[in-house]
Amino acid sequence: MTSAMTSMGATGLEITVNLIKTVLVFLMMVQAVPILVWLERRGSAFIQNRFGPNRVGPLGLVQLLADAVKFLTKEDFVPEKGSRFMFYAAPIFALIPAAIAYMAIPMSVPLKLDSAMIKATFLIQGFEINVGIVFVLGVSSLAAYTILMAGWGSGSKYSLMGALRASAQIISYELALGLSIVGVILLYGSFSLTEMIAAQQGVLKFSMFGYTVACDYLPNWGIFYQPLGMMLFFAATFAESNRLPFDLAEGEAELVAGFHTEYGGFKMLMFFIGEYGHMMIASGLMATFFFGGYSIWSYTPQEVYQWLYAWVGSAQLANILNTAVHFLSYNIKFAFFLWIFIWVRWTLPRFRYDQLMDIGWKTMLPWALANAMITATLIFVGSYFAF
Amino acid sequence: MPLGGVIFITIFIATFGYILIRLARLTGGVAKKTSQAKFDIYECGIPVEEKKDTKISVKFYLTAILFILFDIEIIFMYPWAVNFKNFIAMGAGAFVFISMFVFLSLFIFGLWWEIKSKALEWD
Repeated sequence: MTSAMTSMGATGLEITVNLIKTVLVFLMMVQAVPILVWLERRGSAFIQNRFGPNRVGPLGLVQLLADAVKFLTKEDFVPEKGSRFMFYAAPIFALIPAAIAYMAIPMSVPLKLDSAMIKATFLIQGFEINVGIVFVLGVSSLAAYTILMAGWGSGSKYSLMGALRASAQIISYELALGLSIVGVILLYGSFSLTEMIAAQQGVLKFSMFGYTVACDYLPNWGIFYQPLGMMLFFAATFAESNRLPFDLAEGEAELVAGFHTEYGGFKMLMFFIGEYGHMMIASGLMATFFFGGYSIWSYTPQEVYQWLYAWVGSAQLANILNTAVHFLSYNIKFAFFLWIFIWVRWTLPRFRYDQLMDIGWKTMLPWALANAMITATLIFVGSYFAF
Repeated sequence: MPLGGVIFITIFIATFGYILIRLARLTGGVAKKTSQAKFDIYECGIPVEEKKDTKISVKFYLTAILFILFDIEIIFMYPWAVNFKNFIAMGAGAFVFISMFVFLSLFIFGLWWEIKSKALEWD
């Protein structure tokens, strides 16, 4: 017990702060969901040229609270044919993989406190894991189990079929997802998300065939090295989080509502939190792998710190501001990718199931394989044959 | 590995979810059985046929088996990818590069065979 707890910090203060931090990240995730639902409804209305929710409060923002009150007054219902335990357990378990995977994504530069009272460094993330990629992929794919539990526990044929479709889809796209990251791992030579972000700081600069190419006005982001990997990864995450155009699991026209046909009220809301949590993981990983994580364009955190220090003249304040500015930078990228998720949902129609499987196995898997092979070849040839 | 944190937050979230469901049960109340149809599963309005062992296409099993095979092959690429630059720096680049391409050619052959034998056709 002690050794497991000490990995969360050396002193009692650090352990306490780190444990509270994990709770804070989780609560942040949960309270981001109503905002995203509002954004989704307003955004879809904007795209389809209608008003959307605009009656309750300014811009319809209080609609979220009204919805929560409605959820609270719903009767608690379990279908008689279903399995009671699984029916209740599925929504609770839906929260866990999404939240834990999101904890591993770094959101800002570590906060250095160096005063008379506190002298410690706090990471702005749930917990740091040196095999971040493997952890995030492994944990977030546990979501397939919660969907199967919901489908089986409901005892309904629509739920079961939706759950089967969803799990087959999730595992199929897991291949393309896993393989599209091989290029990223080759490039940075690390599983740690923090090291990946560190490798992407500064201006675009790489050496190949003995030449060194530098570009002063572009950042050193992964997208310039892995454009194909970026597209494959992003497309696969849509399928992983069951979003349109891959939301065959809940195709209303065929399956009523898929695996959550029998759910309602707060249990339904928890599936929602899980689904939006997966969107958040995908957006965070997109920013981390291909868009420099929390780094601000091509400026390293040290440079930003120097400017802030010159501006405020206090090392303590400059450290706090540095963390805040990078946190803002991360959240801008994060919000942008979440908006793309919503944008795509209201733009593209749904695929047919055989098309979905063909895209996953026969198109994305070979392309991801080609991407990994080309990256390996370029790294190998570029480092050996210098002219 | 911050195992303590992972265990802590898992227990926390499970408790949080449990309390949320309990709370909703308290405020909303347990569903009253006003009719049998209310407690039946949803089936588009037709009388429910009780049949839990619904027949399911064998394609789902096949997809799952193929997934396990290919996913393990992909997982084998991860340690290779993370050490590739180190191997090049050590001078063992050519050996590691060629051995992975031999492995990948088997992978590609497997994928080609799978597509050719129509294991991935959904009708």
